[in-house]
Amino acid sequence: MSPLSRREFVAAAVAGGAGLVVGFYLPHGRRKPEEAFSPNAYLRITPDNKVTIVVARSEMGQGVRTALPMILAEELEADWKQIEIEQAGASTLYGDQGTGGSASVKTTWDPMRKAGAAAREMLISAAALTWGVARSTCAAQQGSVVHAASNRQLSYGELVAKAATLPVPTDVTLKQPKDYKIVGQRLPRVDTPSKVKGEAVFGIDFRMPGMKYAVLSRCPTIGGKVTNFDDKESKKIAGVTFAGKIGDAAVAVVADSVWGAMEGRRVLNVSWDDGPNKDLNTAAVVESLKQSAAKKGATLYSVGDVAKAKGRRISAEYQLPFMAHAPMEPGNCTASYSANGCELWAPTQVPQDCRDSVAQAVGLDPDRVKVNVTLMGGGFGRRLEHDYAVEAALVSKAANSPVKVIWTREDDMRFSTYRPASLHQLSAVVDGAGWPVAFTHRMIAPSISGQKGQPVPGGVDPDLPDEAAFVYGVDNVSIESVMAETAVPLGWMRSVYALQAGFASESFIDELAVAVGKDPLEYRLHMLAKDQDIQFFTNTWHTARMRGVLQLAAEKAGWKNPLPAGRFRGIACFGCFSSYMAEVVEISMENETPRVHRVVAAVDCGQVVNPGILEQQIPGGIVYALSNALRAKITIEKGRVVQGNFDDYSPLRMNEAPVVEVYMVPSTESPTGIGEPSVPPLAPALCSAIYAATKKRIRSLPILNS
Amino acid sequence: MADFTLRVNGSEKKVSVSPETPLLWVLRDTLELTGTKFGCGAGFCGACTVHVEGAPIRSCSTPVSQVAGKTVTTIEGLGANGLHVLQQAWIAEEVPQCGYCQTGQIMTAAALLAKTPHPSDEQITQAMNGNLCRCGTYERIRKAIHRASAGGAQ
Repeated sequence: MSPLSRREFVAAAVAGGAGLVVGFYLPHGRRKPEEAFSPNAYLRITPDNKVTIVVARSEMGQGVRTALPMILAEELEADWKQIEIEQAGASTLYGDQGTGGSASVKTTWDPMRKAGAAAREMLISAAALTWGVARSTCAAQQGSVVHAASNRQLSYGELVAKAATLPVPTDVTLKQPKDYKIVGQRLPRVDTPSKVKGEAVFGIDFRMPGMKYAVLSRCPTIGGKVTNFDDKESKKIAGVTFAGKIGDAAVAVVADSVWGAMEGRRVLNVSWDDGPNKDLNTAAVVESLKQSAAKKGATLYSVGDVAKAKGRRISAEYQLPFMAHAPMEPGNCTASYSANGCELWAPTQVPQDCRDSVAQAVGLDPDRVKVNVTLMGGGFGRRLEHDYAVEAALVSKAANSPVKVIWTREDDMRFSTYRPASLHQLSAVVDGAGWPVAFTHRMIAPSISGQKGQPVPGGVDPDLPDEAAFVYGVDNVSIESVMAETAVPLGWMRSVYALQAGFASESFIDELAVAVGKDPLEYRLHMLAKDQDIQFFTNTWHTARMRGVLQLAAEKAGWKNPLPAGRFRGIACFGCFSSYMAEVVEISMENETPRVHRVVAAVDCGQVVNPGILEQQIPGGIVYALSNALRAKITIEKGRVVQGNFDDYSPLRMNEAPVVEVYMVPSTESPTGIGEPSVPPLAPALCSAIYAATKKRIRSLPILNS
Repeated sequence: MADFTLRVNGSEKKVSVSPETPLLWVLRDTLELTGTKFGCGAGFCGACTVHVEGAPIRSCSTPVSQVAGKTVTTIEGLGANGLHVLQQAWIAEEVPQCGYCQTGQIMTAAALLAKTPHPSDEQITQAMNGNLCRCGTYERIRKAIHRASAGGAQ
């Protein structure tokens, strides 16, 4: 081992806070500059005073390329202007790089802070040694170490050679929130200029020498297969170079242009074996949910005994459809396969899963598969799958050429993985004053992880602990999950089960308030009146924090003030991904259709790293949720997904977009999720407003289909 | 295959492609101008919006044969001298999240401002309603257009 590689090894082995990380730091196959200071895998400082921070999560619009480096830069006492961002590909250095569950800031908060603090301490030591002064007389600020007594200053770049010879501290003191200079600031996102200039490289924009383009003809029936295909007509299309079966259920057409590949696919003749689901339709899915409801479920949460509660019983059932993520950038991935290895350029939320799945599919060791992570034109959970990456690798191997696989919009809509359809049985007992003494929620839905063959311990889908909490103080509560089965492919879609759980639970609370003649805000506040910790799996929820967001949203919305004639409003709150969210939705009815004018949102997600990004994410989640609530519905006929493009699956457009106001509860608690928590309260708050306007209760989504 | 000459972002480009090839793929694959995006291939989402002779069109649904000899402007050529006032406004309002649809949004907005320098909210909605954004940036798009139309990008 050369001295340098030994140092790298030692540094990586004690990398700040990321757990024990072993391996060499070779990002993107490039050797780091010999003279660089890299005390851990997240950070590299070079003598030219550049500070490079590695982002080991994927950027899909949620701002991680800005927010995560801010956390490290804060502890490093760096000058934000000297920061450069590097995107990590699939690696062994950063733990799980999956970007989902609104968890990027939450899970990297400690490792990024410790990585920055360790480097800061080493740079201070390097300066003290250089000047021969006591360490305690030196301080780090704005990318330099200063010795105030002698008015001396050295930039980080000037200190890297010395700092690189020092041991990496294992125990560092982190800054107090009151001293934050970067965290909590509305810093502009680093990716904005390139995105408005058209220079940003999304997966679909990547190109390499000799690259060809592929589209795939996939069996339209769920679970069906290719019987045979005839590519005679395809080969007549200019530029088409290859057609071949990929897996059991698809045929790829490869050409030297996207259009050539699309045309080649249009005239490709494939015979399909429709398989076991050829008679499947949406009605059968709903029927199967109803049958599953008879099964005993797994208890998610239980206090007291709901069976023994005495009083007036109120019950209702709610139902939700399959939904599709439909990110603006359709599925795609570029792969270059050879017998020695495979390199991918993937717009992915799961680079490591892409690496491992590709390795298995093409028969290579995982360390022979290199996954580069590109920008994503939206993810919303669709890119938690690895299908596009595996396809690209298989096509590259079959066609013996670097290939970019592109999905059309119809491919994206019809071969997605869908938010599970679900059924919800709600029941409550209210006392003489109308307050709930028992609350029961049975959630009947297929398990996403279960369908994918992942562990489902105790019959509980592993997502539910983050997404189905009941954060109210009621004496007797039973929250139960019943796992149903479906052949329809399932995926994690923004807020996952929290959308279903929140819609059913919060709509029902509105029903209870109406049934007993109480104001829905007052009704919730009564259930939150007592400070109480609610333990839901490993998450501890606090009624006080839920009360805080509810009161803040209500106050800012002017809940107690009368509305102008023709305006109506509803309220809901929900906790998921460890964050608390409340929303007030204000509507009018136009031709029996709700028009949402204003949404007031209040959030408590602990310490906010960048309020500017939060103020993008929350309205973004609300508009996404409003799309879902109004019209999102995937239906199945003869085993095939019916919807195909933005005409029959039509997201919200500008004419329907409400004004969203965002308020944050000030907090120095550790940060929690912000990408998804604004989604669940929207539909129940909206349906509550619709009830206020029309006295019509909506128990099935989408609203415009009910 | 046939030869076509287009005037793209101020310079003459000769391409040899089949005549029905949508302009989108000529721009992206042949001319390597990938700022124009593929979203739906059917004119529903507006991600592929470019200007032909100054008017906004859906390049995914416009065969290259229809634009032969014409002037095409893409996002790469919008700001002839640095950033267009709308691009500056987009940065000032921090509009993009994922950013994928934003070049199409900006091209549609640029065509609006060229015809209607001071659009009302209603005129903005009407012009922009064909452009989808799944990140829900619509209100910021509206603000950015107002900002640009007021001339104060920064």
